[in-house]
Amino acid sequence: MPEPASGPDRAVGAALARWRRLRRRPETWLFLVILAVGTLFGLMAPGFLTLPNVIDLLETYSVQAIIAMGLFVVLVSGGIDISFAATASVAQYCAALLASRLGLPAPLVILAGLAVGVGLGCVNAALIHHLRITSIIATIAMMSVSFSLLMYFSGGRSIYDLPDWWTSRVVFYRAELASGDIVRVTLPVVLMGAMALLTWALMTRTSIGRQIYAMGGNPEAARRVGIDVGRLTYVAYGYLGFAAALGGLVQAHRVGESVPNAMVNTELAVLSAAVLGGASLAGGVGTVPGVLLGIVLLAILQNGLNLLGVSPYFFQIVIGVTILVSTSITVLSSRRGRRLRTLGEAPSHG
Amino acid sequence: MSGETPFLRIKGVSKRFGGVQALIDVDWEVRRGEVHCLVGENGCGKSTLIKTVAGVHPPTAGTIEIDGRPVPSLDPAKAKALGIQVIFQDLSLFPNLTVVENVAVESTLGPALRPVQKAGMRRIAGEVLARLDFPLDLDALVADLPVAERQITAIARGLAAKARLIFMDEPTASLTRAEVDRLLAIVARLRGDGIAVVFVSHRLDEVVKVAERLTVMRDGRKVGTWPVAEVDQRRIGHLMTGVDVEHGVVARDMRAAPPLLAVEGLSRRGEFADVSLTLRKGEVLGIVGLLGAGRTELALTLFGMNRAEGGRILLEGRDLALRSNRDAVRAGIAYVSEDRLSLGLVLPQSIGDNLVLAVMRRLKNRLGLMPQARRRALAAEWVERLKVTIPGLDAPVRTLSGGNQQRVVLAKWLATRPRVLILDSPTVGVDIKNKQGIYEVVADLARGGVGVILISDEVAETFATCDRVLHMRAGRIVGEAVPGVVSEHEMEERIYA
Amino acid sequence: MADARPLPAAKQGSPLRLFAGLPGGHLGLVSLLVGLLLLFAFLVPGFLSVATLNSFMYQLPLLGLLSLAMIVPLMSGGLNLAIIATTSQSALLMVWIMGTLAPPGTGGSSAFLVILLALAAGLLLCVLIGLLTGALVAYTGVHPILVTLGTKSLIDGVSIYLTRGMALSGVPDAFAAAAASTPLGVPLIFLLLVAVAVAVGVILKHTPFGLACAMIGSNPEATRYSAVDTGRVLVGVYALSSVVCFFAALVMIATFNSASADYAQSYLLVTILAAVLGGVDPFGGFGTVTGLMIALAILQLLSSGLNQFGVSTYLTVAIWGATLILVVVAQTFAARLPARFRRRK
Repeated sequence: MPEPASGPDRAVGAALARWRRLRRRPETWLFLVILAVGTLFGLMAPGFLTLPNVIDLLETYSVQAIIAMGLFVVLVSGGIDISFAATASVAQYCAALLASRLGLPAPLVILAGLAVGVGLGCVNAALIHHLRITSIIATIAMMSVSFSLLMYFSGGRSIYDLPDWWTSRVVFYRAELASGDIVRVTLPVVLMGAMALLTWALMTRTSIGRQIYAMGGNPEAARRVGIDVGRLTYVAYGYLGFAAALGGLVQAHRVGESVPNAMVNTELAVLSAAVLGGASLAGGVGTVPGVLLGIVLLAILQNGLNLLGVSPYFFQIVIGVTILVSTSITVLSSRRGRRLRTLGEAPSHG
Repeated sequence: MSGETPFLRIKGVSKRFGGVQALIDVDWEVRRGEVHCLVGENGCGKSTLIKTVAGVHPPTAGTIEIDGRPVPSLDPAKAKALGIQVIFQDLSLFPNLTVVENVAVESTLGPALRPVQKAGMRRIAGEVLARLDFPLDLDALVADLPVAERQITAIARGLAAKARLIFMDEPTASLTRAEVDRLLAIVARLRGDGIAVVFVSHRLDEVVKVAERLTVMRDGRKVGTWPVAEVDQRRIGHLMTGVDVEHGVVARDMRAAPPLLAVEGLSRRGEFADVSLTLRKGEVLGIVGLLGAGRTELALTLFGMNRAEGGRILLEGRDLALRSNRDAVRAGIAYVSEDRLSLGLVLPQSIGDNLVLAVMRRLKNRLGLMPQARRRALAAEWVERLKVTIPGLDAPVRTLSGGNQQRVVLAKWLATRPRVLILDSPTVGVDIKNKQGIYEVVADLARGGVGVILISDEVAETFATCDRVLHMRAGRIVGEAVPGVVSEHEMEERIYA
Repeated sequence: MADARPLPAAKQGSPLRLFAGLPGGHLGLVSLLVGLLLLFAFLVPGFLSVATLNSFMYQLPLLGLLSLAMIVPLMSGGLNLAIIATTSQSALLMVWIMGTLAPPGTGGSSAFLVILLALAAGLLLCVLIGLLTGALVAYTGVHPILVTLGTKSLIDGVSIYLTRGMALSGVPDAFAAAAASTPLGVPLIFLLLVAVAVAVGVILKHTPFGLACAMIGSNPEATRYSAVDTGRVLVGVYALSSVVCFFAALVMIATFNSASADYAQSYLLVTILAAVLGGVDPFGGFGTVTGLMIALAILQLLSSGLNQFGVSTYLTVAIWGATLILVVVAQTFAARLPARFRRRK
């Protein structure tokens, strides 16, 4: 049926097809919305589009972004995890205990913290894969178990005497602008970048990443093709555990102390960012840039409203409306134009 | 038969699941590069046979030889390595990935952190599609492809995995005639490359025409293998069922009966156009045509699921404005969907609840409650009237056989006391005994004054049940026949022409 | 790699479903409940006392009502993450109306009128929220987790914005007295829980709406093809869920004598836990109010019993989570065992 078209026609067709595909991507829309909102805030709030403000924003949201990278992998695999905030808190607190009570050296502490995160992630994977518990139920249960145990054993006490290597600020790049403002690229921002890059490479450039996409798209087919679905479940939840632990460590680094319940209630914000960025709860869909854009949108909304003097309490309303509007538009626009064509395709004679 | 070793030879293969003997002492062979049909009714052991050859189910007894060499412990990986590929009916594709990634998915099965060979995968996909002479947009998402192109993608994936024997499970079930032709052209090409293709089907359709040999299965046994030229459709039907189905023609002249449902110039863009028909009281009207001729779409519009974009529907002379299927049911129109498993029944729920679902409103008492006793009484009454064999009203409907499930669907709709009953391929996946039972129910209804529209792929079925048969093609009604006046053969010629 | 085990519950839902559907499916739960009761009676002297029963009846209603609000959408294959937000906002509105129009000391009949007005407003708010949520779920096709995540954020945002995160207090004496009353020695709020549970149970089990709700939970398309107005049923599901939140709001005011956007936030996930423990299929289609109530009793009993041991509430929540995992695992194996047995035969 399709005939080989001549050169230029084909190029135009390909470009058109690419645009059509691009137009349907949530990332494209998200990017446009961010541009619009950013411009608006830039015009209305003079301090908004300044480099220090932007860098500040990045640092504030680095913890959420790091964890969102892990959650993104789990969402792509077709699962969901509610327990990551608890995981982050547990990993952070364990590491803080090791550092302040036992005075272990930095590499050991960091390694131990990350190991706790990966371990908790693997417990989730085991519950989901071997015991066949739905991911949302398994992780809700794990969240209450691990967070409550943390509160029980810590008695809710914060650890303030973190060692200096943990809390002292690490600045990778520092410059003074003509305006006199100082721009610093700090450890959280660098880690966020590294984590995004790592996740992006893992998911788009390696076999296992593509397998995770395949599994999220059609688990049954993945099994038939010979993909080891159990191993992927461990990889996805283990990776989220790792990301959560890293986020927990960075969070303590930023605030200089370990508070057992500091990360509670970030679950929904991180999930919103991932979903805004186009990761689907049904699995198999989503990109790292999309998730980052989701975080950026939430960040500039909060910061911009803040600079405009809007009450911080108003922010949650904005998040709610943003989630409702963006998800509705995505679903509704993909539903349009899906009519089975029988008239045009069937032979009209004979 | 030549002395050449067949690609696949199985000897004395049996397979038992618990107490069920799914395969009994099957000897079978597939030659290199042949097109072979494997037919049989649902539950005859076809799928078990495929899965045994694909290494999914190890046989309880017997041997499997590939290329003349026995393969003692076949597992799916080994079967694939030996060139056996199965294209399941659901195609097992990844809708969220591109054509390239689907076709060359095997390339991503290597070590976890190995970089994805993008260029390599592209080359593989391009080459395979070129071999099939079927250029697809390599970067299109599979979710965006029409069914026929998805099928090509699945075949291409099999080829990319170096298939030498491809099983295609019900490959034509959802294709239009033109698409089937394209598929058959591709199969011819595969044969040219020395790749054997086995079509698996429970229906006798056009695929039989391109095959060289045909194997019939029944009750877990192989009935036999014949060159296709030596068996005709009727003989195959007999071999499949073990019953000689000699349908008499039952057509009655209903021209004197008052018109019940009249459709005038009904159209819906992209689906069907300018459809006019009259259904009389007590008449059984057949609609035949290929899958994709717009039959189901027409039925859905008559049932109020989709809005007509032109034309009128009149019930006993009164204009019907159907905004939803609730309007249709209220007016006395019922529709038995062709997709029993996902649209006809709520499989996990109980038989009783499925039976009362469409008439819940009628069961309410003054308090708005549905007393358990009334529900059970109604359900029991219909189970009795349609002779459904059930373990109990509380058993999930999923546990019933295909035939009994279909009786439950019929009962559910008859409970709404319809005046017009639309049956869409009502005997697909139903065994021969239940088929006859369903035809009897239809005849009974017609005697009681219900107008029945029966949509079917099988001319024989409509000839055995209908008073008049309409022929639909490409969204239009193109002919009408009275069974007996026109022979079954003539009608088939018209449809498959 | 290529294991020929039965496929996990990918498509048709969890194996839970098999267990929950069996007659006597609550047997395991009831024996767990009785076992715990005996255990605590044996270990804790004076556990079987009126005091224990009383604390049980005072503590259960809020969680119980919120769980009832959760079970309805769960049955239909959805989820309502906004139940706590709805409850808090309704409670805030009612306290605000009562506090503004009837400051303490307002006399008899006018206070009564104000209370009626407050109740009406609270109920109306819940109905509106429910209709809005239901319409979004039914007519946009967005996953209920996302819709209710959005509405939760929105409702919480409005509550926090208007109250600046503060608690509101000041309930007319008449209301406080009624809320604390104990007709026949049973706390009124417990009676309220029983009444709402019976009502929700009857609605789910004996009405066309309830049956449609379970059917939608198993297969929305097949239900729509059976001439059920699935859109309207879904709107009804979330409306009913929100109306139950109104009763939860009453209990919230009665318990705390005030209202705040912060109250009971930690209960959200516990309600899902209780529902699943009680045999509600997290994929929808199956579940009973009876099972939920037994599960709630188990959770409350664990909490009271451990409390008497001097175990911290944090540890109690951890034990709740562990109980859920154990019960689900037990159900999975119970469902798998017969199959395995049959195959061996």
